[in-house]
Amino acid sequence: MGINSASLPTSPPPSASDTEPVVAFDDVSIGFDRKPVLENISFQVHPGEMRVLLGPAGVGKSVLLKLVNGLLRPDSGRIFVFGKEISAMQEQDLFELRGAIGTVFQEGALFDSLTVRDNVGYRLLEEHLPDDEITARAEEALRFVSLDGTLDKFPSELSGGMRRRVAIARAIVTNPKLILYDSPTGGLDPITSTTIIELVMKQRDVSHTSSLVVTHRLQDAFVLAMHHFNRATNQMDALPTGQTDPNTSFLMLHQGHLVFDGTTAELVHSTDPFIHGYIS
Amino acid sequence: MALDTIDAAAKRGVLAVQEYAVLSARALSDLFRRPFYREDIFMQADIIGVGSLPIVILTGFFLGASLALQSAATLTQFGAAEFTGQLVSFSMIKEIGPVVTALMVSGRNASGMASELGSMIVTEQIDAMRSLGTDPLKKLVMPRIVSTVVMLFFLVILSDAVGICGGGYVSIFMLGQDASQYFHTAYQSLQYPDILQGLVKPIFFGFIIATIGCFYGMKTRGGTQGVGRSTTQAVVWSSILIIACDFMISRVMIGIFGR
Repeated sequence: MGINSASLPTSPPPSASDTEPVVAFDDVSIGFDRKPVLENISFQVHPGEMRVLLGPAGVGKSVLLKLVNGLLRPDSGRIFVFGKEISAMQEQDLFELRGAIGTVFQEGALFDSLTVRDNVGYRLLEEHLPDDEITARAEEALRFVSLDGTLDKFPSELSGGMRRRVAIARAIVTNPKLILYDSPTGGLDPITSTTIIELVMKQRDVSHTSSLVVTHRLQDAFVLAMHHFNRATNQMDALPTGQTDPNTSFLMLHQGHLVFDGTTAELVHSTDPFIHGYIS
Repeated sequence: MALDTIDAAAKRGVLAVQEYAVLSARALSDLFRRPFYREDIFMQADIIGVGSLPIVILTGFFLGASLALQSAATLTQFGAAEFTGQLVSFSMIKEIGPVVTALMVSGRNASGMASELGSMIVTEQIDAMRSLGTDPLKKLVMPRIVSTVVMLFFLVILSDAVGICGGGYVSIFMLGQDASQYFHTAYQSLQYPDILQGLVKPIFFGFIIATIGCFYGMKTRGGTQGVGRSTTQAVVWSSILIIACDFMISRVMIGIFGR
């Protein structure tokens, strides 16, 4: 299950002074067709932190993720990303900000008429970088997700797991400061899911990128909390019994409300009937 | 209950018009903002313009031929068969050439645009594009509008020419008319306002085809079934608007030039 050696540039772990939240939700609500979907949501994501967003299917997890990169606008409340209030920004200004955010969509959302190289290097193509540089950086990102030699393939020629890995390569190719994962393992078999989770963990532990991971699979969430990526062996290792990753914490949505915001230990020992029922 | 249904339908209609106006205005304003996506414009021009050549040439030729056949039969009754060329060129340049070419291009390209953009919507590719920092209106809609307007303009000129030739073929080889007389009357009777009318129409029609195709594509909801629905609506509405717009332009031009 080992992942190829990380060759992407890595950023140092965040310093203690670097504590301004990367994402901050302040009393955010949104609804569709007069039906509330998310109500009074407030939470923060700090530099280098991974927040795992749990909740049953259809509770609004993907909607919350789309609010973070401004694909949707809240009906009320304020959303800050990198200190800027994106809920008050024009769509035109958001395009620039999104350059610092990597997004992995539920089904990958690869451009089906572009090759893997052009998908991964899409942002670089838009910036009109030289072709050689685009190819080199796309190869580098694909090596990170163990997909060397797929540059000239089209998404339709790849398996579901490979497509998801290309989506991760596309999200990390510009070394974003924040990555949003929307159910990165949804619809995949257990072995492929573990590979994807290992990549998410690798990005957390090697590049120390802040991230928000949406999932309804508890197993994935706990693997992220109870393992760390070993750069020497290039695979994930279980943390000693009783230890959890300090940079990983949880959020849980239920019926449009944020019913939990805390650490792994707090989640496991929660006495809330819904949370208890959900995790057991 | 019936009033509620009418009320809801009216609101949906007004909202759709508003969204269409906003999309068109934003796409037009994108013409003057960087980046210009020159390569996408050329690629779309190739797909829309060059790709439509066969259907435009074939329909243009047979329309001109049919027109000559029908009009010659009627004109002969009044002893005016020699005006066949004039009638064909008048009809092709002012009315039939622009309208039929636009309808052909609409059937081929408005549907193509709606289905392509609709598929991108339902597979989240448009959201992915936005999250990668690209404005889909600028990258996908603006190049299609520019390409359709420019290419339809030339396609209509080609269709007019081929249609007059088609009429000439029937008049000369099937009806035994004099070639010189046919082309002479076809050319001599045309005046500047007639040409202008024939050239103004494709600019509006091209805009309608591209904006309607992109509008229905971008507002696609509901998976593959939604894509099919958007495609149908794009063709239906662009065809209706082309014919309605044709009437309005004709009225305005006749009002201004008197012919």
